[in-house]
Amino acid sequence: MDYEIVIGLEVHCQLLTETKIFCGCSTNFGNPPNENTCPVCTGMPGALPVLNRKVVDFAVRAGLATNCDITQSSIFARKNYFYPDLPKGYQISQFELPVCVGGYLDIEVEGEQKRIGITRIHMEEDAGKLVHPEHEYGVSFVDYNRACVPLIEIVSEPDMRGAAEAVAYLKAMRNIMVYLEVCDGNMEEGSFRCDANISLRRWGAPEFGTRAELKNMNSFRNVQRAIEYEVERQRDILDGGGSVVQETRLWNVDRGISISMRGKEDAHDYRYFPDPDLLPIVIEDAWIDEVRENLPELPVARHQRFVADYGIPVVDADVLTADHNVADYFEAVVKLYAQPKAIANWIMVELMKFLNDDKISITKCPVTPQGLAELLGLIEDGTISGKIGKQVFAQMYSSADNDPRQIVENQGLAQMSDTGELISMVDEVLAASPDKVKEYQGGKTKMLGFFVGQIMKKSKGQANPQMVNELIKERIG
Amino acid sequence: MELYNDTLENLSQRLAKGEISALELTQSVLKRIAEVDGKIGSYITVDTEGALAQATAADIRLKSGENVTPLTGIPLGLKDLISTAGLQTTCASKMLVGYRPEYDATVVRRLREAGAVITGKLNMDEFAMGSSTENSALKKTCNPWNTGRVPGGSSGGSTAAVAAATAIATLGSDTGGSIRQPASFCGVVGMKPTYGRVSRYGLIAFASSLDQIGPVALTVADAALLLGVIAGHDERDSTSVNIPGANYYDNLKKDIKGLKIGVSQEYFSAGLDPEVETLVRKACGQLADVGALINEDVSLPHTDYAVAAYYLLATAEASSNLARYDGVKYGFRSDDADGLVDMYRKTRAQGFGDEVKRRIMLGTYALSSGYYDAYYRKAQQVRTLITRDFDKVFGDCDVIVAPVCPTPAFAFGEKIADPLAMYLSDILTIPVNLAGLPAISVPCGFTKSGLPVGLQIIAKPFAEETLLRVAWQYEQLAGWSGRRPELEKGAV
Repeated sequence: MDYEIVIGLEVHCQLLTETKIFCGCSTNFGNPPNENTCPVCTGMPGALPVLNRKVVDFAVRAGLATNCDITQSSIFARKNYFYPDLPKGYQISQFELPVCVGGYLDIEVEGEQKRIGITRIHMEEDAGKLVHPEHEYGVSFVDYNRACVPLIEIVSEPDMRGAAEAVAYLKAMRNIMVYLEVCDGNMEEGSFRCDANISLRRWGAPEFGTRAELKNMNSFRNVQRAIEYEVERQRDILDGGGSVVQETRLWNVDRGISISMRGKEDAHDYRYFPDPDLLPIVIEDAWIDEVRENLPELPVARHQRFVADYGIPVVDADVLTADHNVADYFEAVVKLYAQPKAIANWIMVELMKFLNDDKISITKCPVTPQGLAELLGLIEDGTISGKIGKQVFAQMYSSADNDPRQIVENQGLAQMSDTGELISMVDEVLAASPDKVKEYQGGKTKMLGFFVGQIMKKSKGQANPQMVNELIKERIG
Repeated sequence: MELYNDTLENLSQRLAKGEISALELTQSVLKRIAEVDGKIGSYITVDTEGALAQATAADIRLKSGENVTPLTGIPLGLKDLISTAGLQTTCASKMLVGYRPEYDATVVRRLREAGAVITGKLNMDEFAMGSSTENSALKKTCNPWNTGRVPGGSSGGSTAAVAAATAIATLGSDTGGSIRQPASFCGVVGMKPTYGRVSRYGLIAFASSLDQIGPVALTVADAALLLGVIAGHDERDSTSVNIPGANYYDNLKKDIKGLKIGVSQEYFSAGLDPEVETLVRKACGQLADVGALINEDVSLPHTDYAVAAYYLLATAEASSNLARYDGVKYGFRSDDADGLVDMYRKTRAQGFGDEVKRRIMLGTYALSSGYYDAYYRKAQQVRTLITRDFDKVFGDCDVIVAPVCPTPAFAFGEKIADPLAMYLSDILTIPVNLAGLPAISVPCGFTKSGLPVGLQIIAKPFAEETLLRVAWQYEQLAGWSGRRPELEKGAV
């Protein structure tokens, strides 16, 4: 039987605020357990939450960037459940009246544009973390450093029709949140994470099928694999005449399968109700306008601008704008050296190869935009050849030396542009192959390449190929 | 006269003039506690050492004459749900025995900054749930006017302490009448400020949208002095309101000629004890005698629905507020639990008393999926209607006068077996909390059997100045405030 796949995603972004959502504690990652805590974020009796305004700024920023309406008077609600990492026995979140509603995101899958609806974005606090010591049986510890760290949850409409669309949506969303500097987008550390609701229905069926919720997918690759696995699992059930059970399933990366975590009957009744400790968040137009004015350029706009203003191919713009740090780097070089296409090539081919090998971000690249611009200048003005340029780049990268001119000078890598020296070299090569000179003069112009090659070899690559060309033509042309 | 018997107002002047020292006064109160509290049971924790140290510090301040406030050197007791750094705060629950907060509630910080002396922590119904203090898991508090009677609740320890002079004044908290009803039962002044007037930071929550800390004192002037220190905006409490400070004490003596007083028939309906009714009506007459205009034709038509709405909203909030007592971080943890879920179950089953568990279950039910609209949301709508009732009346009136409680103090055991009867004793105080209004209970006489009765005065939001002025004027006319019960000395 043929089915339509229906996917909706819930994306959680940990916000890059300096302090927590309801208290002044630091959000810094990696401090000793329970160092970033106070009576508020550990839920001590009598302590009360006070909203960090920055969190609302970030949520509105995310909402505007995803075409949402901003709720004028939005409210926090308590989501009640018991777990030791949840200090108050409830999580402060939003339920009715979330901060943003009704947006969309345009994605591109296999050349096709598609619009994915965004139901809502809401603000909430994160929980703490349980620590299970390896050698102590029956004992667990709780670290509340992460408790009360701000999150936004972005809930999509069930608009995606396959794993590829889900991944494209997720990548686009991550890219936007990173561009907005709302979230660092780190999936492995969990600061950008997603749950997927997946169901199948017969083609043309008006109603959705029963869905399963998938959790614990900490990379794009895992999202793809987990969804594909889930689709097959449900297809097998339906083809076998069975029915899918509504449940929450955990993706197991090592085994490449998902396992049921809890069924519908064990689903929590969260007993949401408005948190009486917090007032409605009134977001006036002036506030929205202020956030809007300060929105950075988003990936799609930047992509269009790169193509239009720098004249680089669409595929190049795809690569360069996929990470706003790469785009920033590119533009920093362009400012110093106005040859966008050459820069794009260097970044995409040379620089990225090194970065990928070392698995580091471009923000940690040892070659600075200034260094790269200077290197490209040396190639353009003929001081070195492109080939030598790559060699110099490798040195710059490995030694974090951003003075390519000095490197070229110290190692004598400059091209031979001294006419006298080149002339004698050309004469030597021509004299050594009189037959080939004749062939050339007889109309076999391809022989020119042979002579150039010989001279480059003789000069160990340092001869200026253009000058060599001209000199040969002058001699035997 | 023994120092402990004097009013806060007088003591404050005597301290400032150097006639007495804070240490003498504190010692006097501590001696009084030692002498009579065995019989009354107002305190859960007496902080003798801390109180003496604070008194000594207050004396230095008084001597220097710098930073002297009306509370400098005044011994005050606190209801045991107001957090005090390092000093056990139990909410009268087994769940929090031994719990020492790591921080001071904002009101405590303000009292300390004013130089007050904190004598200790006072008994209450467990987590403020009750109307007789019989729900305390830790001890029994008796009504100083008749030790066979309850002091009222939930701030029964706070009002009994003032009546028995085991503190000069105290702080209580009022969620549905928990200051006013016991103040009426114990013949003292008890005031619930407007919701948002006093910071709730550090007040261990029962029902967050209703809870409010307020003063309990021998006289209206004493209450005004205490309110002046604890009130005011606090950035740690989002629901605290930033309205510039009023001068509650200095404006007490302005006359009330022409002031419009509403009397609502709904507050004098069936079930009201005839003696209580007589005393309250007499009080209305006295207010008219000094020029207030009494309007007996005002109506608060949704009053009948208040108790039902309250017991849905307050319990819903409580079910969530009390979720944190799970045995994980502090307080009681059952020691015979096997695994996490069992720890939760046993800790909460053993740590909470029956009334607390009853309310957690009620509230959990009211918020449950499928019931939310019928209970919680409906109750919120009723709350809006009740608030509108008051708004309408306050269009024509400055204050409303009513009884505090349908009856005077009842006997131990009389209502504890019948929760509904107990809930109904808050019928005249609950609407005020639902509407967030300020209200006060002032003594208005005694029944034939010698039990005190309180007069309730209710004002517009943030009209505490008017409220206290009417109460003060009445107090001067009636002269019931400041009376002391005869107490046999000697610990039981």
